[in-house]
Amino acid sequence: MNDTLLLAAEAATKEGFFTQYMWLVPLLPFLSFLAIAFFGRRLPGKGHSVGIAAIVIAWVLSMLGFIELASGNAAVQKLWTWFDLEASLELSFGMHFDFLAGIMFVVVTTISMLVQIYSTGYMHDDKRYTWFYAVLSLFTASMLFLVIANNLMMMFVGWEGVGICSYLLIGHYWEEKDNSSAAIKAFITTRVGDVSLLFGIFALFLLGGTFDITELNHLAEEGEIAGTGLTIAALLLFGGAVGKSAQFPLYVWLPDAMAGPTPVSALIHAATMVVAGIYLVGRMFVVFEHAGAALDIVAIIAALTMLLAAVLALVQDDIKKVLAYSTISQLAYMMAALGVGAYTAAIFHLFTHAFFKALLFLGAGSLIHAVHSNNMSDMGGLRKFMPHTFKTFIIGSLALAGIFPLAGFFSKDEIIGEALRAASEGRQVAAWIVLVSALVTAFLTALYMTRACVKTFWGDYRGHGTPHESPGSMVTPLWFLAGASIVVGFLGFPVIGPFKEWITVPGHEHAGFSTLYNIILPIASVALAFGAIALGVLLFHRNRFRYDARSGPFGWAYRFAEHRYYLDDLYLKGIVRPVQYKLARAAYWFNQHILDGVVNGAGSGTLGAARGAYYLDQHVVDSTINGAAGLTGYSGGLLRYIQSGNVQRYAAVLFAAIALFVGVFALT
Amino acid sequence: MSEWPFLDIVVFLPLAGTLLIGLIPRARVGALRIGALAVTVVTFLLSLGILMNFDTGTADFQLGTSVEWIPEWGISYITGVDGVSLWMVMLTTFLMPLSVLASWSVERRAKPYFIFLLTLETGLLGVFVSLDLFLFYVFWEASLVPMYLLIGIWGYRNRVYAAMKFFLFTLVGSLLMLVAILFLYFSFPGSPTFNYQELLGTPLSLGTQRLLFLGFFASFAVKVPLVPLHTWLPDAHTEAPTAGSVMLAAVLLKLGAYGLIRFAIPLFPDAARELVPLVMTLAIIGIVYGAAVAIVQRDMKRLIAYSSIAHLGFIVLGVFVGSIQGMSGGILQMLNHGLSTGALFMLFGALYERRHTRRIADYGGVARSAPVLAGVFLFVALSSLGLPGLNGFVGEFLVLLGTFFRYRWWVVPAAFGIILAAIYLLWAYKRVFHGPITNDANLRIPDLRPREMVMLAPILVLIAFIGVYPKPFLDRIEPSAQKVVDQLRDSSALPEAAVGDADAP
Repeated sequence: MNDTLLLAAEAATKEGFFTQYMWLVPLLPFLSFLAIAFFGRRLPGKGHSVGIAAIVIAWVLSMLGFIELASGNAAVQKLWTWFDLEASLELSFGMHFDFLAGIMFVVVTTISMLVQIYSTGYMHDDKRYTWFYAVLSLFTASMLFLVIANNLMMMFVGWEGVGICSYLLIGHYWEEKDNSSAAIKAFITTRVGDVSLLFGIFALFLLGGTFDITELNHLAEEGEIAGTGLTIAALLLFGGAVGKSAQFPLYVWLPDAMAGPTPVSALIHAATMVVAGIYLVGRMFVVFEHAGAALDIVAIIAALTMLLAAVLALVQDDIKKVLAYSTISQLAYMMAALGVGAYTAAIFHLFTHAFFKALLFLGAGSLIHAVHSNNMSDMGGLRKFMPHTFKTFIIGSLALAGIFPLAGFFSKDEIIGEALRAASEGRQVAAWIVLVSALVTAFLTALYMTRACVKTFWGDYRGHGTPHESPGSMVTPLWFLAGASIVVGFLGFPVIGPFKEWITVPGHEHAGFSTLYNIILPIASVALAFGAIALGVLLFHRNRFRYDARSGPFGWAYRFAEHRYYLDDLYLKGIVRPVQYKLARAAYWFNQHILDGVVNGAGSGTLGAARGAYYLDQHVVDSTINGAAGLTGYSGGLLRYIQSGNVQRYAAVLFAAIALFVGVFALT
Repeated sequence: MSEWPFLDIVVFLPLAGTLLIGLIPRARVGALRIGALAVTVVTFLLSLGILMNFDTGTADFQLGTSVEWIPEWGISYITGVDGVSLWMVMLTTFLMPLSVLASWSVERRAKPYFIFLLTLETGLLGVFVSLDLFLFYVFWEASLVPMYLLIGIWGYRNRVYAAMKFFLFTLVGSLLMLVAILFLYFSFPGSPTFNYQELLGTPLSLGTQRLLFLGFFASFAVKVPLVPLHTWLPDAHTEAPTAGSVMLAAVLLKLGAYGLIRFAIPLFPDAARELVPLVMTLAIIGIVYGAAVAIVQRDMKRLIAYSSIAHLGFIVLGVFVGSIQGMSGGILQMLNHGLSTGALFMLFGALYERRHTRRIADYGGVARSAPVLAGVFLFVALSSLGLPGLNGFVGEFLVLLGTFFRYRWWVVPAAFGIILAAIYLLWAYKRVFHGPITNDANLRIPDLRPREMVMLAPILVLIAFIGVYPKPFLDRIEPSAQKVVDQLRDSSALPEAAVGDADAP
């Protein structure tokens, strides 16, 4: 026991060469942001060359760092004190580069690099091209900063940073009011979660006296912090994750966020920023485990979210919205995995999902670029026009649907398997709920992706003009991601894949990843997916029941889904409008009529007295003691008043001397 | 310790500068501007001497002078700075040259304008450095008049009403404070004195303390302003010329918060402690109310004015919450709000000079014609809504943390204020800068000019600097803040341990 501890200590102190310098990785894109923001138009490629150069170096560094991790290095460093108050508070900037951060670094830099290359084609004619690259760089920097943070406050800085970049990019086409509104909606909705997160951080600080992530997890494990306080703190943290990772009931911003340019949707609203909530819960996993019912609540919210979103993905016409609801649903998959204790499986799904969802979004971008519409009703038959986009999109769809041997198959099956195990091992209620909704969601996922593929690639072309395949700068990243979507799943191959060695929770023998493999489950889930695909082809390709959807016996359900369960309406009419129009207006009315009325009324009532004071102040140079005493005399003529009159006169004389001095010069 | 009495020189230099302005013929507007700029820049450069000679580790008053003035009345000329006033002095000297730059378009009666601006600077600086209650009161009143005239003469259409309202509100408050000062003066057991540091130990019954506290409080609460004494502020802000709005928001409002920290709490700690719930309630009402009312404003300057009410609510909350985090955060936030809101008024002033309308609805799509202006405005708005990495967050964070530690549930409405801040600022930003251009006048709005860039750049740099590295600022604030916290929290009444354990389950 002692020996293993010593070994562990040694392993932790052994630092690789590159792992020590991982703080450079966020710094590089930040410097490129500054360079592009200030000198962008004068730089080669109007800014994109600097952005891409920085992210390529960051990517290489991340890969090197990850390779060093895999050979047994880790780095935890405090870099400098941000600010402190003696003995009561210290906030520092420090880095914590372990496998979890390493995996995130690989994901973020890879996707960001590909998206920036892709955007040279997609955004080519954009009038704010340079600004776009500046914000992409800033986003990447903030995201990496969030990931490498060794304490919660620093993480919060990155967390808000990605939020503001998301706001800027969703509103990129701000000439249209709707886009600007979508940006605000995203920012405000996530900020509701952010406030919860901030108070969660406060609560943990109150309990544990530190913001340090490792220490907090350690304190929770030792039982130093426990009880209701810890449960509340964990749930407040989760509130932040609900906002950022678009879980029920705060998911409403993500579909609207599709107003941003499609490469942004791929990077921010699919692969990276939205997984920050998963990353947060993952980082604080030990705290969540010891926080009473917190994980069960996480599991149940996630189970609900994945179903609600998967159903909505079925009724969208806008291809990006299909993918947006799909992202919500898949994020819920990850969150649910965390909820049933399947830490490794959750992070694995985060990892694989980043590749195939980015692929799908960039593929959708390629389609939109060709047909100049987001709507699938303007597409159709595109497999003939855009063979590369078609093939890669199908690979991505199959990966998302969880078809063997693509990436999604491995990660999704881990989650279902772990849910089953958790259900049989004691945390029944939440785990059963997760298991059932995970299976239903798997079915729905295959169904809505079939629908999307059928509507875009089969049938006749319904749009205008003749669509063309996208340029090489866009197609190359698609193939790269398609390749990744095929191979990365093998990293988590049951029993032999190395992923489970990488992502472990301290103090756990197995961290929610199968050691023994149950062959029935994958066969069942693939059969489920194929069933869904078959049903999808029947429904959408053959048009069997299509026109019955709205008017049929389940028409009410269809309409309910079409209106997004009226959740957006509820927020708008139940919260936003009343605050904006009723509460704020009422406050203003109160302000103008009551308060100001009192002021103006009392003003005119006491105007005599006030004027007297004013008069006193203004004309005091000429007035005499008698005058001052006379003014105050009627109110009692008490000694105190006379004193005050005297002294004020004295003060005023001094002041008047200054004023006179000033005045003389003012008039010359 | 320096040989030079930097502090006193800095305070009176602007007043002396009015002599220089006085010598310039009134027709030579350009020379007047340059002269005012030169005086304020030199003042700022000299004030750096205060900053450099400031001893970080102590809560004592520094760098001041103490001479008898009217000994038979116990009136002295005593000055000095500590961590509370240091940044207020620096903020004033820093913003004044920028305000002169923001006044470049003042053509009408430029000479008295600049003279009043410089007099205002001396008045404000004097308030922050006075350690004699009489001297303090003189400066307090002296700062009122130039601002009154700036609004009343160089303001917009409704300027006379606004100036009068501003004047009456503050004056009524001041008179109550004057009565309280005199009462204190006569209650002092030793030989009569207005010396602040000697008066600190005056034994007073709780009832008397309460009355005197309220006398001071009346004056400061009007200045802050706390709801419901705030209604002068939107009018004054809206009608004041740009530089007036800048100085009003950035420095004049801080006089109230500063007065609470410097005088109301230390002089009457028992009454202050007793009235904490009242003040905190008013502060929180201010946060939510100011933000809610800001949302529905149609006039941009009014919107910024109401946002100030919300922000000042945060500051007062931090000051009265009785923890070092809250107090330090509140004091830092005084500086932050000065920078952010000052910059917002400058930016909107620049926009006003181009379009001559304050109505938000008259704008729209301005980011197309003036992208740099739009970008800078967004940057400042983000600082104002407390984005981490920029200055506003640090102060807001400390205030919230301090409040959370001592009064768990009071933080919830304050948290709404954070969300509402994002709403009113981003919504206003959207309506002014985004969307289609519906009014042709907005097609030809010139972008920021070099003069405006020079005026804004120092603020932007500071906004980012404080956000990234607030340590040098907090280090100087902390000892003095701790002292006031100790005064507010009688150690026997509220043991630290009991507070710390209150939440352990």
